[in-house]
Amino acid sequence: MSWVWFHRFGSPPHFYRLSRRLVPWFAWSALVVCVAGLIDGLVFAPPDFRQGDGYRIIFVHVPAALLSLQVYVVMAASAAIGLIWRMKVAHAVAASCATLGASFTVVALGTGMLWGKPMWGAYWAWDPRLTSELLLLFLYLGYMGLRSGFDDTARADRASAVLAIVGVVNVPIIHYSVVWWNSLHQGSTLIGAGGIAVPSMWVPLVTMIVGFELYFIALLLIRTRGEILRRERNAHWIAEALGAPPPTAPAYGGASGHPAAHRPAVQRG
Amino acid sequence: MTADGGKSEAVASQAPASEAPRSLAGAAFAVMQRDLRLALRRSGDTLQPLGFFVIVTTLFPLALQPDLSLLRDIAPAALWVGALLASLLALDLLFREDAQDGTLEQLALCGLPFTGLLAAKTAVHWLLTGLPLVVIAPLIATALGAPATAVPAIVAALLLGTVALSLIGAVGAGLTMGMKRNGSLMALLVLPLAVPVLIFGAQATALAIAGEPIAAPLYLLGAMAVLAVTLAPWAVAAAVRIGLE
Repeated sequence: MSWVWFHRFGSPPHFYRLSRRLVPWFAWSALVVCVAGLIDGLVFAPPDFRQGDGYRIIFVHVPAALLSLQVYVVMAASAAIGLIWRMKVAHAVAASCATLGASFTVVALGTGMLWGKPMWGAYWAWDPRLTSELLLLFLYLGYMGLRSGFDDTARADRASAVLAIVGVVNVPIIHYSVVWWNSLHQGSTLIGAGGIAVPSMWVPLVTMIVGFELYFIALLLIRTRGEILRRERNAHWIAEALGAPPPTAPAYGGASGHPAAHRPAVQRG
Repeated sequence: MTADGGKSEAVASQAPASEAPRSLAGAAFAVMQRDLRLALRRSGDTLQPLGFFVIVTTLFPLALQPDLSLLRDIAPAALWVGALLASLLALDLLFREDAQDGTLEQLALCGLPFTGLLAAKTAVHWLLTGLPLVVIAPLIATALGAPATAVPAIVAALLLGTVALSLIGAVGAGLTMGMKRNGSLMALLVLPLAVPVLIFGAQATALAIAGEPIAAPLYLLGAMAVLAVTLAPWAVAAAVRIGLE
């Protein structure tokens, strides 16, 4: 049983080389799948018998809402991996996830509001799903705010990892508390619980979900590459990878250029 | 006696090296004793959250109308939003000074479980900022038109809710400990996590005022308090350790 691949994946130079080859595959397949899903959903899928053509926004809304939650889990999981095994790439992945997740949340909220105006007669209703999605956005904003509050990347990584783990424990509690909060105040206004039975409707939806997942992976790889470039900017391998002559006098000693090597020791007393 | 004199005396009165507490219980007791003494000698700072709570809940009748039936409807919201904001305001007192004067580093280095020592500090923080809200709540609730029969339930709900709020807040205070201006960031971190406490606390209060059974939200509040007591100290210790680096 070999865990070499796992540790190699955690090495920034290896990840940087591997991701460069992977990005085009994910990006192009995301484009193809999304275009196919959109054409199928907007042109070929039949209109809904109650909502007419208005329901078609779900082909963007549902994948975005799904990813907004999933990205939080990915973020917390990679933050935990970074915290436990001190893996640099995992922290870079977590840092890249936050903005993406917040963006998917905003898209889900925005499309939900656009759909709500003609269907419910209001842009915003204190529906449990809407409210917990809004709270998820606040969790992302808190995570990003905490990260930007630290100057030192290594400290920002670990502090925000603790927050992400605390958050992921709380996400189900928040979700169910919001569901019970509203369901006791008024009758259930849950929509879409019945699900879609017609294949001509769920095939484009599943296609769009797959397309969004591919799009997320492509964006995550690109953003993580940027994070790694920023974090390892003083490392030798970066200069080699970018085809520049290696720096003669590196600002930080060693091949990693990790700021942790530069911090004063903790023990002072 | 000046605050400074009190502080140095309190630090000096901690046991000298020869009789330093060897057990976690002894050390936790010493930490609690020290924190309580420091807080009582600066009662002005300590009472601020309580004053804030009283003033915020007083503003609601002034902003609305002094109509008791209307106030009775908004009493749960006023009480719980007030309690949430007051506990948020108090968080700045929790670790800030002890991080600056090196006390937390000493606690981290003393060889006893850091988690337990920080749990003791958080317990004192609750005694000083959570418990006063619970004590004053019957007065505020009555002023907002809650019937006397609802008061025990409101006190019970606040008792459980403030425990959870103190512990959730301690995580946020630990994470933002090293930052210069952290007030609004702390609100952004803590408030979403505190939403379940707010929801079930306000629900219990509303049901109590309406004279209905409150067991369900009270059980859920209790579950959240137990969960916070069980898990939050570890997150607090991890956060404070990062802040100390």
